[in-house]
Amino acid sequence: MLGLNRKDSGLFLLVICLTALAPFLLNPFPEGSELAQFNAGYPDLMQRFMIFGIFAIGFNILFGLTGYLSFGHAAFLGVGSYAGVWMMKLLTVNVVPAIIMSVIVAGLFSLIVGFISLRRSGIYFSILTLAFAQMSFALAYSVLTPITNGETGLQLSLNDPRILGISQTVDGSIPAANFFGIEMRDSLELAMGGWLFTFNAGYYLAAIVMLISFYIAIRIFRSPFGMMLRAVKSNQQRMSYTGLNTRPYALTAFVISGMYAGLAGGLMVAMDPLAGAERMYWTASGEVVLMTILGGAGTLLGPIIGASAIKYFENIFSKINDTVLHGWFSFMPDGLQDFVVAIIHPFIGKGWHLTLGLMFMLVVIFLPGGLMEGINRLRIWFGKRINGRQQTPDHAPATSS
Amino acid sequence: MDAIILQILNGLDKGSAYALIALGLTLIFGTLGVVNFAHGALFMIGAFCAVTLNRLLSLSHQVVDETRTDFLGNPLRVDIPYVYEWFGPEVGATIIDWSVPLAILFAIPIMILIGLAMERGLIKHFYKRPHADQILVTFGLAIVLQEIIKAFYGANPIPTPAPEAFVGSFDFGALIGFDPLTIMYPYWRLVYFSFAIIIIAAVFAFLRYTTFGMVVRAGMADRETVGLLGINIDKRFTIMFAIAACVAGLAGVMYTPILSPNYNMGMNFLVLSFVVVVVGGMGSLPGAVAAGFLLGILESFASRAEVIDIIPGINQVIIYLVAIIVLLTRPRGLLGRKGVMEE
Repeated sequence: MLGLNRKDSGLFLLVICLTALAPFLLNPFPEGSELAQFNAGYPDLMQRFMIFGIFAIGFNILFGLTGYLSFGHAAFLGVGSYAGVWMMKLLTVNVVPAIIMSVIVAGLFSLIVGFISLRRSGIYFSILTLAFAQMSFALAYSVLTPITNGETGLQLSLNDPRILGISQTVDGSIPAANFFGIEMRDSLELAMGGWLFTFNAGYYLAAIVMLISFYIAIRIFRSPFGMMLRAVKSNQQRMSYTGLNTRPYALTAFVISGMYAGLAGGLMVAMDPLAGAERMYWTASGEVVLMTILGGAGTLLGPIIGASAIKYFENIFSKINDTVLHGWFSFMPDGLQDFVVAIIHPFIGKGWHLTLGLMFMLVVIFLPGGLMEGINRLRIWFGKRINGRQQTPDHAPATSS
Repeated sequence: MDAIILQILNGLDKGSAYALIALGLTLIFGTLGVVNFAHGALFMIGAFCAVTLNRLLSLSHQVVDETRTDFLGNPLRVDIPYVYEWFGPEVGATIIDWSVPLAILFAIPIMILIGLAMERGLIKHFYKRPHADQILVTFGLAIVLQEIIKAFYGANPIPTPAPEAFVGSFDFGALIGFDPLTIMYPYWRLVYFSFAIIIIAAVFAFLRYTTFGMVVRAGMADRETVGLLGINIDKRFTIMFAIAACVAGLAGVMYTPILSPNYNMGMNFLVLSFVVVVVGGMGSLPGAVAAGFLLGILESFASRAEVIDIIPGINQVIIYLVAIIVLLTRPRGLLGRKGVMEE
């Protein structure tokens, strides 16, 4: 299908099904039940799954394939966001020009940063990208305030020109971001029994863009170009000895991943038309590194899983508080209940970063391949057990999806 | 001229902090070959040692003071710190007042323990892994450490004052023959600078003039050979890690009066310190120290209004700009040894 082999087509179809049915899958618990707070099927969070999925897929094309660890990728996302908001201010609130412009601007910016940073590798490359990102952040906060609106963040306003659209609607409010008339915040709600499913226009736009970027990523992974990037990772020196200049390949990968980041920034703006400098801060760059590693660098599905996992924890874990915990452990005797709650307390609510950090450390220590490696190991383990029962020689299915 | 001296002085305290953290980073990198992203967290933990000691010393209990009454006529309840009772009010007050310098003694064992635990428990297993893995696992550790601190101390900065004797500024200009009141410099910053110089000198002297230091230097140059000579180099490197942790912690302890500690102060310093290490040259101790002071002073010069008028925003980006230029023109940093991490 579409030039993919059978296994990749299967994977792609799986991802299509998952994203299309996400509003159902992420809302497994009925509305109003104890567990309803674990539901992730609300538009805002689902959009974020997709957007950060794109960001992580792009980062993975650079880090997973070439092994260059960039610590400044959020700068491209931030630059893309600013470009997107400006398109919405100047042209129209239709999201298409905003997204396209985000990708272009982020691509150009990453071309410059990549051209300079890729002169070095290893930790120096990380520091260079970090330096560029921090510079963009600092400048966006201070000198570039006319463009970025400094600390307030760039927003739409009533007296923007919007030459292709309207400055303000008839009732004098800012027009809503739309895709040829479909407003991003439009949702179709479907109540079935105790369940409430929300189908959000913005989510589906983001999902389609994510699927396209995922498809492109598969094609890159399977292409000769992707092979070349893996060769850069495994032994750059040997590549140079064979008379090959590796830098153009690495630079292309860098620009592609920068454009992915810009795309994510553009989508972010499409869902919520504002952009702030804090998106470029280095912790934001660190976050995408966490996502990719957590999911599994160098795998196709890993970054999406990692991004979704982190965003899920960020939104759901941080909502659990002591009252909820007391509710869960109410079956215990009082003293024990307080004790258990006191133990769990630092890991939830505002302390969810602690859980994230611990999880991340455990993954790096024990599962260098990320959650995907965990899944594969489980698969092999189950495969062995089944094979053992059937008295067949065990052959571990070598999987690398 | 006086303006120039003032900027140099202003750059010194930040430069000292950069130099101390960068020194520790370089020690760890030079000995163990590990890129430690958790070093900023050690700096932060040091700062919180000072906060903890301050709180411990201020522990108090309520005593009913019969001689005074509140506005209802009841006897007044006053908080009396335990140290007042043990040492008498005057000595007690002095002890609390001097809690930040006292925290140095308090922090040394704690930081050494944390350093040993970190190295034996975690870093040891990452010698053979790629640098990217080391960065990632220490980055994760930094998040965990800072969240633990946040869980105990909250997210707000905690002001921790310097001793009364060092509050205020002194007239540095008058001392060296300028007009009075032109160069005012806070006492504590001078203390910090002197402290940093002492620590740096101590580390260098330790490496230069002790047998232990000699072995460590030999191990930095060629670990395998030293190992073959029958010296347990791993153990010494572990101790060096603890010393590096200690240096970062002490830098943090003394920095508390300048910047109220907060759980993410370490990360901000870490990013800059890494830049400092790279500018100075990976693995070069004098390079790290020199680059630390140099960048601190450069930053302070770039913050001058005259400079900002010419190049707006330069104060925000100068360090990164210098780093980029140095990395592109002189790959091994200012004082880097040839062949060490030049790739």
